Amino acid sequence: MGEPASKIEVKNIKDIGLDEGAARLTPERIEKVINEVIDNETGARLKVYVDTCVHCGLCSEACHYYLSNDKNPVYAPAGKVKQTLWEIVEKKGKVSPDFIRRAAELCYTECNLCRRCAMYCPFGIDVAYMMLTMRRICHKLGVIPQYIQDTAQSHSATMNQMWVKEDEWIDTLFWQEEEAAEEIENLRIPLEKEGAEVMYSVIGPEPKFRAQLIYQAAVIMDVAGVDWTMPATPGWDNSDMAMYTGDNEMMGRLKKEHFETAMRLKVKKIVMGECGHAFRSVYDMGNRAVGWKMPPVQMVHALEFYYDLFKAGKIKVKEKYDKPVTLHDPCNVIRGRGLHEMARYVVNKVCETFIEMTPNREHNYCCCAGGGVINCGPPFRDKRVYSNRVKADQLAATKKKGVEVCIAPCHNCHGGLEDIIHHYKLGMELKFLGDIIYEVMEKPE
Amino acid sequence: MHTIYNFVSGPLAWLAFIIFIGGSIYKIVTMAKLAKKKDPSVYEYWDTGFALRSIAVWSIPFATVNWRKNPVMTLVTFAFHISLIVVPLFLCAHALLWKEVFDINWWYIPNGLADIMTLIVIGSCIFFAVRRSIRHDVKYLTSKSDYLILLMVAAPFVTGFWAYHQFPAYRLMFILHMLSGEFVLAAIPFTRLSHMLYAVFTRGYIGSEFGAVRHARDW
Repeated sequence: MGEPASKIEVKNIKDIGLDEGAARLTPERIEKVINEVIDNETGARLKVYVDTCVHCGLCSEACHYYLSNDKNPVYAPAGKVKQTLWEIVEKKGKVSPDFIRRAAELCYTECNLCRRCAMYCPFGIDVAYMMLTMRRICHKLGVIPQYIQDTAQSHSATMNQMWVKEDEWIDTLFWQEEEAAEEIENLRIPLEKEGAEVMYSVIGPEPKFRAQLIYQAAVIMDVAGVDWTMPATPGWDNSDMAMYTGDNEMMGRLKKEHFETAMRLKVKKIVMGECGHAFRSVYDMGNRAVGWKMPPVQMVHALEFYYDLFKAGKIKVKEKYDKPVTLHDPCNVIRGRGLHEMARYVVNKVCETFIEMTPNREHNYCCCAGGGVINCGPPFRDKRVYSNRVKADQLAATKKKGVEVCIAPCHNCHGGLEDIIHHYKLGMELKFLGDIIYEVMEKPE
Repeated sequence: MHTIYNFVSGPLAWLAFIIFIGGSIYKIVTMAKLAKKKDPSVYEYWDTGFALRSIAVWSIPFATVNWRKNPVMTLVTFAFHISLIVVPLFLCAHALLWKEVFDINWWYIPNGLADIMTLIVIGSCIFFAVRRSIRHDVKYLTSKSDYLILLMVAAPFVTGFWAYHQFPAYRLMFILHMLSGEFVLAAIPFTRLSHMLYAVFTRGYIGSEFGAVRHARDW
């Protein structure tokens, strides 16, 4: 996020994690690991997906990489499977270290796992599942982009994504409480309150870089009169880069810690900030990794939470936000949870003028940062910015209609769109929905 | 010629049907068992209502965004698949065979319609082949086997059309018609033609995930 790449380069990208990881491989090890994963961790789904694909190419136009890279077939969803799992299944794991190096770069940095293509394949073949299977193989082979592996490392050492130590976490909450209390008298960020109704959880980067979001959330909670708490122990972070590196064991550990923290605090539900990938982890993938069919504690994404607060009249709007806005639909909470209408309800409540971008709702284009791609760091930044020209066009079209602000209720989307707006010189502001709610809501004088 | 005819229309036809039905059951049962063991999520998240919703929407031409984005492909693929199933099942000459062999009164379509539908299948196969060779993304995905499958599918229709209209050497074509039809039938469970068996399950599963878990549409 924000770190400049040294020069514009989308081919022959050097990455120590991929390069040295691949250099350590031998054909024997590759074959062994691949067959372990294919035999033990996959089954009918993979086989049927591989057999059923009739190579029709109807998925191509679903993908923003394909559309943005002048319809280069190597970026089409089925094209990506051809370069990875088809080959692996056909050769029964007998592939070279160079093949794995390319497959790793592809599955980690040329697919956001946004699942748009699953909506375009007549058979409903889930390409994201296959890219995740490829990532699983790469994880086990130790060929992973360095930046994202570092965050996965942080998860395993600290149970949060950003190497935040326990005392730093608590300190940040005290700091934000103190700041917010200057605005609203007696405002508290309740820590470790057993039996509260809501546990509020955030992603690692919030205390690290975006502490004001915790401040804003505290103000919203306080004004709305929510009985809430935050944990003082590890388990506060709902994010999950292990899910995206293919470290499924770690993904399970993280979610177990998160849910058990909520259970220890005996809360009724977990409300989480505006993050998409974390929602995928708590609602879809992470819970499954530890054997919970659905989350054991009710998970409420910020969009749904805001919607509930407005529906119940717990937040009043002083004066609507007057700049024309558009809304970016993040894949993991729209295709992943269908929160699009709730989001629109809230946007219309707080903003004077709302202009849709097209396509929207389930069909919205991804930000090209999700799926862990932005977390692969500066080496791959230019590639993801070039690979989302369609998003820039989509935003530019709303700008022509007068839009000045794009609302992106997801952290990864924020990072990705920030780079796109900057690179394509779109001159738009980017905001979380919470930013606007905080700005326009009635607060005690 | 007569012996070959007897062999192709007798034992070989039985064999083809046995391989097709037996092979299909075998494939579906082994996959279902494997899924139970390795992909329990398929069973856990399967939701018949949402699965049927997804299958229904995708079975209607132009009902999905992607069908609308590709109008020509949509028309061709629907016309092709409908003709592909209707002609062999309801051709008058085939209905007569049902009557002759099993004494079953079977429905049939007028011969003129069957002719048109046969031409639709052949034309569609040509369309698919051309599409494969000129569209960059499809070409990239295409291997020899994809053309071979088109050829396999077209063969019984070309030869059947030929034999029915008694073009030159139609007796030979008639035998080739039966042979190619039997071959393609037996190949269904063991080639990419198996999408005929699996489509309802892949579509139904993603429909279940999108509908019941993600509360979103998948079209």
